[in-house]
Formats: sequence, C-alpha cells, structure tokens
Amino acid sequence: MKSAVIVFPASNCDRDAKVALEQMTGKTPAMVWHQDSELPDVDLVVLPGGFSYGDYLRCGAMASQSAVMRSVKAHADKGGMVLGVCNGFQVLTESHMLPGALMRNAALKFVCKPVGLEVQETQSGFTRKYENGQRVTFPVAHGEGSYFADEDTLDRLEGENRVAFRYAKGENPNGSARNIAGILSEKRNVLGLMPHPERVVDDVLGGTDGRGLFQSLIEALS
Amino acid sequence: MKARVFITLKNGVLDPQGKAIGHALNGLGFGSVGEVRQGKVIDLELSGSDAEAARTDLKAMCEKLLANTVIEKYEIEIKQ
Repeated sequence: MKSAVIVFPASNCDRDAKVALEQMTGKTPAMVWHQDSELPDVDLVVLPGGFSYGDYLRCGAMASQSAVMRSVKAHADKGGMVLGVCNGFQVLTESHMLPGALMRNAALKFVCKPVGLEVQETQSGFTRKYENGQRVTFPVAHGEGSYFADEDTLDRLEGENRVAFRYAKGENPNGSARNIAGILSEKRNVLGLMPHPERVVDDVLGGTDGRGLFQSLIEALS
Repeated sequence: MKARVFITLKNGVLDPQGKAIGHALNGLGFGSVGEVRQGKVIDLELSGSDAEAARTDLKAMCEKLLANTVIEKYEIEIKQ
C-alpha cells in the first residue's frame, strides 16, 4: 500500500501520520507540500491534523483552496482513498468532499483527551477490521470539532450507513450532532474524523485501538 | 470601490460564542441583553467602478471562500 501525507503550513500531525503509516505498512509515505499540484502515484492520501494556515478565516478554509487539494479531489473522484484526521476532516468539509461543517466546540474549550468511540459501520475500507459496535478509544485534540449538518443531511448519512464512528454514550466532547465523530463519503472512499487513530498504533503511545483502521486500509488496498 | 461583507451564522445554527458573550454582558449588569449572535466583517478594496459587476464578484467570493454556506449567511454592502 502506497501512501502520501499532505503537509500544509502549520500541519502538526503530519509526522504522527508518517510514523504510524511507516510502522503499520512498512513503507515510508511520500510527504507532499501543499503547493505541489501533482500527487505521486499512491493508494491513500492522508490529510493530517494541525492548524493549516493558522486556521485563518475558518479551520480548513484556506487549505481547501491550495494547489494540492485539486489533485486530492481528482484522486478521490477516481476512487482513491482519502483519510482526513482532525484538521484534515475540516479540510474535507471545506472542500465539499464530505458534507456538513465542523464548528466551535459547544463548551468553547479546546478538548485534549482520550475519548470512547463506537465503530458504527464496518462496511468500508477504513473500518472492515473492526467489529460492528466495537468500542475503541482514540485521543481528540481540537477546539472546533462540533459536527454540524442540516437534519436532512444527518438523516441521509445515517440512512446510507455513512456514520463510521460515533462518540460513545456520555463521551461527546464537543456537542457534535447525533454524536457523530467520523463520516464516509457517498462512494465510501473518503473518511473524515476528529479523533486521532494515528496516535494509538503503539502501546508506548497509550493504546493500539487505531491499528484496526490501518489494518483495514492495508487489507482493502492490497 | 470599497465593499463590506457581513458573515453571520444561519438561523438555527448554534452559536456558543454568541451565548458566552450574552452571559458576559448579563454578568456586567446589562440585564436587558437576550440572545446574542456574533459574526465577522470583511472589508475589501476593489478596482473598477461597476457596482453591479462588483456585487456579482463578491457573491462568488462569498460562495467560494468567504462564507461556509453550510453554516453561514452573508450580506454584501458596496460603498462607492
């Protein structure tokens, strides 16, 4: 499985993503700068966490306009897989590659802690190695992660089984609508989520619940 | 030509910042303050003098970048 990690100015989880991909796939991902308009030939593109462009205007808004995002969209349109974590999820909604928006946390606080999640959908290349309803713990670290979409969009996401991860009961850290933590695109080849699976792939980091996501990708893309 | 764009959250979209501002104003003794909604103002300088053309451009700017129309609405004001 070949992968690339996009690096925006003020991305800060790009190295986490690289280390996790190296550890899980045995291959070093290509690190692609935001001004590069061409992507290398890869199976998976990762949009990492961070504060791209200083969160100017809105989180992810400036990054969505960057040269590389045209290639990322083209990659997804061809069925290529794209994973957006945290700021990467914000970039995906701002790019209209996923519906809805990520808003200021309901309590107005930056939340940085491990959070319990439920895997809601295992029919995807990102989640097939998990059990339906499996409880996992991923860390979150964000100030603007409250998922919002209109009721029709939320109904459609649920009806099409596109809610991949939900915050477990009582664990919603940000006021996200219907406890949504991560969603899939219509073609199920794009996943955006606020929690960080790449930070839980090694016991030394405090957990391994994120390994399933990378193992799913490896199996789906091999 | 100068233009000002007002960007505010759509009705029905929760505004926790506005709520916090309202609480703070109540705490300062401004008991008359009810619901507060906050937003942003963007001032732009534009070349050209055709106000209608500018309005069309500004609308496109709002749709493409300045506002996220999933959660925000915008108003355009053109000052000659």
